[in-house]
Amino acid sequence: MGEFQVHRVRFFGLVPAGVRCIAYQPRGTRLALARTDGTVEVYNFAANYFQEKVIPGHEARSVESLCWAAGARLFGAGLGGDITEYDLAGLSVGRGVDGGGGPVWSMVANGTGTQLAIGCEDGSVKIFQVVAEGIQFERNLDRRKGRVLCLSWHPSDTHIVAGSIDFFRVIDVASGQTVQRIMVNHHVEKAKRECVVWAIALLSSGTAVSADSFGRVQFWDWQQGTLAESCAVSTSAVLSLAVSEKEDSIVVGTSTGATLQLQLLPVRLGGLEKQWVRTKVFQFHSHDVRAVAHSPTALISGGLDAQLVIRPLMEKMQKKNYDAVLRKFIFPHRRLVSCARKARLLLFQFSQYLELWRLGSTEETGKDGEVLPLCRMPEHLLQLKSKGPEHIYCSSVSPCGTWLGYSTASRFQLYRVHCDGDGVSLSKVPKVPKLLPPAYQLQFSAGSDSLFVASARGSVHVFQLLEPGGCKHLHTLRPPSGCSEAVYLLAPSADGRWLAAVSGDWAIHIYNLKCFKHHCVVPRYDCAVSALAIHPTTNNLVIAYSDQQLSEFSIPEKQYTGWSRAVQSRGLHRLWLERDSPITHITFNPKNASHILLHDTFLLCVLDKSLPLPDDGAILMNQSTLKQLPETARKRQLHAFKICKKFQPLLFMDLLDKNCLVVVERPIMDFKTQLPQPVQQKKFGT
Amino acid sequence: MAALCESFTLRGPGPGGGGPGLCLEPGPGRDLVLLTERGRAATLFKISDQKPLGCWSVKHGQILTCPVVCNFETHEFIAVHDDKVLRIWKNEDINLDKAFKATLSADVYRIHSLPQAGPVVLFRGGAARTLDVLLEAPQQEIENLISAEVIRWSGAFMEGQQPVLIFTTEKDGDFFVYVQKPKLSSLHKYKLEQQESATPLCFTAHITNQTVTLLCLYSNDSVYQVLIPLQQDIEEEEEKEKEEILSKSLLLKLSVSGAVLKGTSLVVVDKDHVAVLGSLAASGNKPEEYLTVWNTKFQTLQTSKELPLGTSGQLWCYEEKFFLFHGKVLTVILYKCETSSLAAAVGKLKDSQTLDVSSFVNWNTLEDEEQVVSFQSQQSVALKAESRMNLRSRRSTVDEQSGTLSVGQLLLKLKNASTYVLETELRQLMAKAPTPDLQATIGCVVTALIDRCKRNPKYYPQTFLQEIVETRNLSYSLCPDLMAVALEKNDMHLLQICLERFPDIPEEITYACLKTFLSMSEEYLQSIDVNLDSAICYVDVEYNDTEFKIETLENGFSAEMEQDMCDTKTPRQSRSDGESCPVGLRKAALLNAVLHSAYTETFLLPHLKNLPPQQAVLFLRYLYYLYVKCSEKVNTTLPGVRSPTINQIMDWMCLLLDAQFTVMAMLPEAKDLVSNLHRFVRAQVRFYSELNKMEGSLRELQRLNLLRESQTYSIEVLEII
Repeated sequence: MGEFQVHRVRFFGLVPAGVRCIAYQPRGTRLALARTDGTVEVYNFAANYFQEKVIPGHEARSVESLCWAAGARLFGAGLGGDITEYDLAGLSVGRGVDGGGGPVWSMVANGTGTQLAIGCEDGSVKIFQVVAEGIQFERNLDRRKGRVLCLSWHPSDTHIVAGSIDFFRVIDVASGQTVQRIMVNHHVEKAKRECVVWAIALLSSGTAVSADSFGRVQFWDWQQGTLAESCAVSTSAVLSLAVSEKEDSIVVGTSTGATLQLQLLPVRLGGLEKQWVRTKVFQFHSHDVRAVAHSPTALISGGLDAQLVIRPLMEKMQKKNYDAVLRKFIFPHRRLVSCARKARLLLFQFSQYLELWRLGSTEETGKDGEVLPLCRMPEHLLQLKSKGPEHIYCSSVSPCGTWLGYSTASRFQLYRVHCDGDGVSLSKVPKVPKLLPPAYQLQFSAGSDSLFVASARGSVHVFQLLEPGGCKHLHTLRPPSGCSEAVYLLAPSADGRWLAAVSGDWAIHIYNLKCFKHHCVVPRYDCAVSALAIHPTTNNLVIAYSDQQLSEFSIPEKQYTGWSRAVQSRGLHRLWLERDSPITHITFNPKNASHILLHDTFLLCVLDKSLPLPDDGAILMNQSTLKQLPETARKRQLHAFKICKKFQPLLFMDLLDKNCLVVVERPIMDFKTQLPQPVQQKKFGT
Repeated sequence: MAALCESFTLRGPGPGGGGPGLCLEPGPGRDLVLLTERGRAATLFKISDQKPLGCWSVKHGQILTCPVVCNFETHEFIAVHDDKVLRIWKNEDINLDKAFKATLSADVYRIHSLPQAGPVVLFRGGAARTLDVLLEAPQQEIENLISAEVIRWSGAFMEGQQPVLIFTTEKDGDFFVYVQKPKLSSLHKYKLEQQESATPLCFTAHITNQTVTLLCLYSNDSVYQVLIPLQQDIEEEEEKEKEEILSKSLLLKLSVSGAVLKGTSLVVVDKDHVAVLGSLAASGNKPEEYLTVWNTKFQTLQTSKELPLGTSGQLWCYEEKFFLFHGKVLTVILYKCETSSLAAAVGKLKDSQTLDVSSFVNWNTLEDEEQVVSFQSQQSVALKAESRMNLRSRRSTVDEQSGTLSVGQLLLKLKNASTYVLETELRQLMAKAPTPDLQATIGCVVTALIDRCKRNPKYYPQTFLQEIVETRNLSYSLCPDLMAVALEKNDMHLLQICLERFPDIPEEITYACLKTFLSMSEEYLQSIDVNLDSAICYVDVEYNDTEFKIETLENGFSAEMEQDMCDTKTPRQSRSDGESCPVGLRKAALLNAVLHSAYTETFLLPHLKNLPPQQAVLFLRYLYYLYVKCSEKVNTTLPGVRSPTINQIMDWMCLLLDAQFTVMAMLPEAKDLVSNLHRFVRAQVRFYSELNKMEGSLRELQRLNLLRESQTYSIEVLEII
């Protein structure tokens, strides 16, 4: 097919923030995750664990606890002392309600999801009522000295157990009185040190399960106040604990990065007497596992090493499917890099600043695998810090490299980039039309003459960019039937005629930009769209779904193309469908209309529509095989998917010109070194 | 070789045992035998289980007059009691009285059951009927064919689809043989040649290729063989009246180092072996009974087993087991009988009748056309199975055969031609040799040349042979005499080429070459032409041809002590050992050829032990020199084409030290060499262990470097196919 000059970029210093807490939606398919920088993410387990919503963080807003209540409403509370509801449709943070007890360390919803209990710094436990407009303070429960680090409702909602330092107590919800107070550091030699109860759970059987900083998981009969069982699961602290809905399995996370499963098993086979037994130990994380969750079929853990690990329980699996495989996620399922193809600039988006780099260049050519000598080194042109405590939602640089924009929760900024020789200067575009931020996606047109801003309620604003540095709001595109969800992906066509927009309900609307009219809706496919792009010559919209399906929709003809139908009827290769991460970017080769370039975190693929699709018997990753074959023998082995796995983990890939690629990698080791030191453990042989 | 294996008891001492009509017949399946005994009962045994499966007996007063047999087709049992009454029953039947009964019109001698043709009933009068015919009309008239003759023995075989019945009769000391085909109702009568003062005691027969081989055990302790053709010639039919006399030939004398075996029973084991049960009458002692197995080909006793409790004198043999009554116990003796022929050894044992092609190639005796055909040894099997072959492959076989035939003929023709004519013809032949058999043809040519050399000591076509060996991919097995002749003629160059090229030189020849090379004087070698490529690059050309000096030691240990104490200092002796080549350039080249040849340690070692001590030391010295030379280079290889590799040198050195350990320990001149070698090796070991450590650190460094090398930016070329 051909050789590419690949600009292999590893200077994107992204350090994903550690996972602080996770909440698995009860009887749902979604997982909410909060990172240490305050970002809240929602993963949809039904859509191949796609990270479908991201609400960027805020410098002053830490999230200590997340919980789902009243069905699909997500609440968070943190050391700021506020309880906030997240607007998952509008991807924004609602107005906070002050907890009134200082920093909130923990928050749990009751079984019915109608009440929230928060544990505060001042030792109080407060109950809030979930109402339609938000939450409403209900009452204070018995206040004792010592911060409440963890809370758990009894499944019947009659009692709450609250863990503090050195003790935990059981509170009767109806009377608000503490009915039992249990010291956890009794009979321990280490009693000189304080024993932090990091996590606690109250089971329906009347057992309280505590996880403490001494590395113990203890089972208490809270009515008697006696210790029933104690499992020393770790030499260091046990930080998190989650109980399965059936209360027969517990997952705990420790500060050494290990996650353990404890199961309630009969002492004798077939006997009635049961005992909690430590059954499985996993070491997926290198750092503290601050958050665990127990879905019906999997153990979910999130660590300070930024990893989200979903470990399926094979005994709960009915059949081998996509869910039956261990999944690990570190990198976001969206683009943080944008590329000015013509100017050869890369814009990196960090949580609170942007970096603009100019790519290096070479004058040499070479053979496959060779590293070419550079005649110009890449250049860090500028760093643009966002003002205020809010994190950046999205950013973009125009193809010609002269415009640059970003948006935070409350502000939208557009800059003009002046490149004069080696120097680069920015000038802020004045009088940017005031619109309702935030923007969820910014996209410059191919000719850099207009800017599309994805906004809430399915709307897309079209700005006209004016020389030498101006901006005019042209139109706002809205789906005719209305939409409550925000648009999160945009794809303009190269000829400036069309714009495709995907909103959170996964509907793809296509607008005609010549007359600013809604053109059509792509037939609904019930899965999240992870990437889409419009072919520059054919105006076919190529869509990648998070379940790894691909389709091609002809915009002028308003129907799927023949190739797309062939793909659907034929089915994609099994290995393609079993991939870990979704396609995050699609681009095209202007010189060859049949080529589609796609990438996910672990591979880049040139999809050649002119070649036959591989069937399940064929080798999907056949590049290395092909390279060993003589030219003549390759013919029969060729298939449409030309996959290269050389660059990993891949955060971005784009085609600069017909045989020049840019790939942005973030080697795991590079960012691991930037994490704090993990708990020292003696390893065998070191 | 035949061998008797373990024995076991099939039935313990029964009530009575023996008795008239004691007989063992094969049962209705494998592992089953049918025993008829006491004239009254028949028992079916499962041999491997050593237990009876069923027993049937006739009523009191009745008597079984011939052995009970099994009809292999219907699995029914057939018995005759009171001479005329036929009984047929199945395994499930318990009571014999209720079994099928037919009364015949004549006395039955015996029933023979044949695997594919059903039972045949032989009457005392010599007539035979198949059971089917007989059962159609049990009362049919049975003719009497033999008047006043008494049947002594009978046997039945299948010839093609025809049952053949053979029985012998006796009348007044004359023995007659009848061959009868019941289905064709043909009968031949032969008279058995008389034997002076001996009478047949026991008969047995087998049938091969339309010929009945009748073996007769005579009372003069000999086994005679009588061949009876089965072909039915029309003339013969006409001359039926004339009584033919069968001549017999002595097959075996049953005598073992003077002692004579008085045989009582004889069975054929296979085509080369017979088993004889008899008593050995050693002088003065009570005769003891033995079971013996004899090889008829070589007239030798193969194995025997003493049966001290005595036997009933009867022996049966089914399914590779002997059955006999030892005392009162029915004993089963397992045996193994493998023909010790060459054909068996090469696994090509075939019936010699079909196609007389020897199954192995004898390159030595390429005398006439038949043996040229033996080029096609691989095809011989295919030829036999011609009917199964498709037309195409048959044609190719024929073609090749004719091609090689012409080579054979040509060689035959040239056998006595003049040297010049021979060589020219052979060159032509080689030029146009058919490609599929090229190797075989060249093998023939070389063999022909070598044969000529052997016949004519003055003839030795050195250059021609060299040319052949150099240009063609010959192997040792294709022309086994070539190297022997070359050794004889001291043709060093040819030997060198052979050693370098043949992949399959026997270790014996390799050793012979080594010995010859080592023993050659340098002066002689100077005069001959040897390929020096392998040695010229590292051996110093100005050869110091003084023999190695034997350094006189002041006392037994001082030098060694000194050397041990100062390891780092290189003594002068070792310098000379390591630095100058102990052999001349030509000899080095020849030795390199030996080092290059393929060998198996186990087979080479015994030969190496015979190497004269002086030569062994010289060889070791040379190996040491090579070793030192190798170690000079970083990549431990010697320069030049086909120069020995370090592994070859090491292997040979180990081998030589192993083989000549005592010599090296005892010989005074070896002492220095060995201790120098030891020091050198020790130094190397230390050196390499240091290198090992260094490698570890370097690898770690490289690993770290790789990590560090991961630059933040590079432009690479990626090919996507």
